[in-house]
Amino acid sequence: MTLLAGLAAAAALLLAAGFVLGRAAARRAGRDGLDLGTPVEHATFHTLHTASLAAPPLRAGLTEDTARKAARRLRPLLGTEALCLTDREAVLAWDGPGADHHREQVLQRVAELLRTGRGESLRSDCDQPDCPLRWAVITPLTGEDGVVGALVAYGSRESAVLVRAATEVARWVSVQLELAELDRSRTRLFEAEIRALRAQISPHFIFNSLAAIASFVRTDPERARDLLLEFADFTRYSFRRHGEFTQLADELRSIEQYLALAGARFGDRLRVTLQVAPEVLPVTLPFLCLQPLVENAVKHGLEDSRAVCRITIAARDAGAEAVVTIEDDGVGMDPAALRAILSGESAQASGVGLSNVDERLRQVYGDDHGLVAETGPGAGMKVTVRIPKYHAGVHRDPPLSGQV
Amino acid sequence: MNQTYAVAAVTAVTAATVLVGALGLRISRTTSDFYVASRSVRPGLNAAAISGEYLSAASFLGIAGLVLLQGPDMLWYPVGYTAGYLVLLVLVAAPLRRSGAYTLPDFAEARLESARVRRLASLFVVGIGWLYLLPQLQSAGLVLEILTGAPDWVGGCVVAVVVTGAVAAGGMRSITFVQAFQYWLKLTALLVPVFFLAAAWVGDGAPRVRLDAPAVFREHTSVRVAETVRVEVAAPLTVTATGRIDGAAHRGERVGLAPGPHTVEAGTLLGFPAGAPVPERAASGGDPLGWSQPLADGRDGRQLYATYGLILATFLGTMGLPHVAVRFYTSPNGRAARRTTLVVLGLVGVFYLLPPVYGALGRIYAPELALTGAVDAAVLVLPDRLLGGLAGDLLGALLAGGAFAAFLSTASGLTMSVAGVLTQDVLPARGVRHFRLATALAMAVPFAVSLVARNVPVADAVGLAFAVSASSFCPLLVLGIWWRRLTPPGAAAGLIAGGGAALTAVMATRAGAAPEGWAHTLMAWPAVWSVPLGFLTMAAVSLATPRRIPPGTPAVLARLHLPEDLAGPGAAVPPPRPTAAGRPTPRAAATGRTAAREAGP
Repeated sequence: MTLLAGLAAAAALLLAAGFVLGRAAARRAGRDGLDLGTPVEHATFHTLHTASLAAPPLRAGLTEDTARKAARRLRPLLGTEALCLTDREAVLAWDGPGADHHREQVLQRVAELLRTGRGESLRSDCDQPDCPLRWAVITPLTGEDGVVGALVAYGSRESAVLVRAATEVARWVSVQLELAELDRSRTRLFEAEIRALRAQISPHFIFNSLAAIASFVRTDPERARDLLLEFADFTRYSFRRHGEFTQLADELRSIEQYLALAGARFGDRLRVTLQVAPEVLPVTLPFLCLQPLVENAVKHGLEDSRAVCRITIAARDAGAEAVVTIEDDGVGMDPAALRAILSGESAQASGVGLSNVDERLRQVYGDDHGLVAETGPGAGMKVTVRIPKYHAGVHRDPPLSGQV
Repeated sequence: MNQTYAVAAVTAVTAATVLVGALGLRISRTTSDFYVASRSVRPGLNAAAISGEYLSAASFLGIAGLVLLQGPDMLWYPVGYTAGYLVLLVLVAAPLRRSGAYTLPDFAEARLESARVRRLASLFVVGIGWLYLLPQLQSAGLVLEILTGAPDWVGGCVVAVVVTGAVAAGGMRSITFVQAFQYWLKLTALLVPVFFLAAAWVGDGAPRVRLDAPAVFREHTSVRVAETVRVEVAAPLTVTATGRIDGAAHRGERVGLAPGPHTVEAGTLLGFPAGAPVPERAASGGDPLGWSQPLADGRDGRQLYATYGLILATFLGTMGLPHVAVRFYTSPNGRAARRTTLVVLGLVGVFYLLPPVYGALGRIYAPELALTGAVDAAVLVLPDRLLGGLAGDLLGALLAGGAFAAFLSTASGLTMSVAGVLTQDVLPARGVRHFRLATALAMAVPFAVSLVARNVPVADAVGLAFAVSASSFCPLLVLGIWWRRLTPPGAAAGLIAGGGAALTAVMATRAGAAPEGWAHTLMAWPAVWSVPLGFLTMAAVSLATPRRIPPGTPAVLARLHLPEDLAGPGAAVPPPRPTAAGRPTPRAAATGRTAAREAGP
């Protein structure tokens, strides 16, 4: 037992020593090996660094929380007594002294600024003798739709430098806010693409399916009725309006219906093998992110040839991830062409599904969870998707949201 | 005991585990019965898997050993191990599943939206996992030592290598089937011999167990003491001795031992007359065996305290065990998770009826184990003692196989959880190869420690892991699920204060650094003070930081507590089809086949 304790202590000591040594070595290398520049350059680095720290909160938009975090960084940048960020109606953040008795006044000034659209520099009529806030510079923050708020910097005296600096910082903040808006519109674009994808599945497929079903109506009415029900279920799922995420079990069920309909059209030429580990069925994943891949496999395997096509769909449990592979032995594809499709350079109709799925997976789970495709001309294609069992922000829709 | 049978049984169990894990019941079908995709793991199967993973060496061997050593007070262990699932069922199971979290750190992140709390939680998962793995490896060593006479590190090494290999190679793919198989294997391995042993006991005239007094030798018995021990003799006792007692050498002559402590040196052969009480191993500050003693000598309220410590740790600790939490993810929804827990209660409850029987029989037929300290071996030696011959050998082999199933299942579950957390949160991310590295690391650390740390009764050692889990994850889960004002700083402070304190106390006890007396009792059974400490710190710091309540709290809590069925179609049940009853045959046929295959395991 004492041996164990001694071992643990020795390990901890070693670790600490290594850490200190490493730090020292790194610092020495920094001092000797690199020229860190003149004082002016130092000041520039410092300014850039502070600005880069203030940027991330602002990229999430202008709210009370982000404004508070940003103001804390921006005030040292300006070197003012106090700094205030407002939106069109209220003070969002106040860094520095004087928040208690200047708020009202700021809001009046902001109202004026909203009317004129121009910043101004003015004496703050403060009646408290020990208040350091003597002079205020109010500058507008602009977004896509005009003025979204104001940045107010307080100094102890009138200063042209302060005016200039505050204007520049306000402009920089405005750029960040515009970027935030850009982010939001990108997300909206993705949502629009999903909607488009839902709509896109249908026309071709619907005609073919209905034609196939029609061919059974006289010869095998039971089967025709069965297929119609599959068709109803399939479209109900695909046209679902709510929710960005679904369960793997639901997605697989939709694929089952899709394959039943495709099977009605292609008969014995379509052979499907399925290997699903029951453990991964509850995994949550982006809505309609496997179905386009299966559709692609069917297209590659059948529509361009006359032979029998084998499709294998496997979902297996791999610790904290579920690994789904969709494999066909069809015509395959030139890897370069596939790369072009995935990077969005080539707009083949059949590729829209693939690149959309790829982008959505990357957007949701990060860049190392994109599609992995192995293919070659005439060699079939195997697409692998790795889905984490849990990822922050990925969960099934909140209960009580509307359903179709 | 016949080594060949035992080694064959252990090999068979190991091979079966690896094979079922690697090949599994491959579900591969053609389009006609594609419908299998919507068939999730049923509560019954999942419950068997949870039980299989949960019933470790502590349950299979440890409880019987402690009952042998200290009598019926130790029945609180099986009660606590089972009742933990009751608390889990009532407070945690369904909301935990609905949170969508796979591991406990996932839950921390989902509920508190904080990466820091997540990282902290993952450290505790690794700590608890290692604390739990350590006794598994040690008792594997003990079992193999008894069966084959191999050095005591060999068993741990076998388990470590098999488990690391299987997990790292991705061989635990059909883990649900493997673990369910292990549960039934363990239950069979304990249940079948019980009938034979009970028959032999009746045939022996059904001698009564004296549970309130020290065990006695039923007939003249010779005991070889493997390592130097201090024994406590209660009444004057005459033994024959070959070796050294209290420093004096003896050569097979009769020695009278006065009441009080005596030191028996390693290698001494003691012969006890029939009817002599078994001297107990004496507790001392540095002797880790001593910390299960407070339960036995209940003079100054320490027994009561230790009992409460045990009850709190086991009742509240089950929910925070990393390998148990991840299994709930397999349930398709909250209701299924709850039903699964209910079945687990039943399965685990049935299992725990058996070990005390072995303990009681061991007290009659193998009392000298209390003297040599190898009480965890009680289950294994009983068939040989009571039956002997071929029947004894075969039943002993069955029990050995069951014990190895216990090591393998729990160790593989724990290793997977710890390795998963190591890959995700501790080591930098580098894909699959990194998971293998993490697996090796997850097993290497407890294995290395098992070589230097001394053996303690396995049920006690596992109890320490429960104490840490009860002080860290129980507050996090219970407050996280039921209290909307929990904040990330509060959760972090609670984890550090409650879990950290328990972990420190446990480490100090295991390292033998704890002082004697009440301080020792407090540190050996930390749950009584560390669980409230965890809860209070978490609540107090949360109340002090009201501005840090995560903005998504109402939405998260709504998701945790509302059944999924309300969410929309397909969440829990397939959408109702008006004509389902009149549907044609292919689907019905498919379901039938599915059921037939499922009966396989």
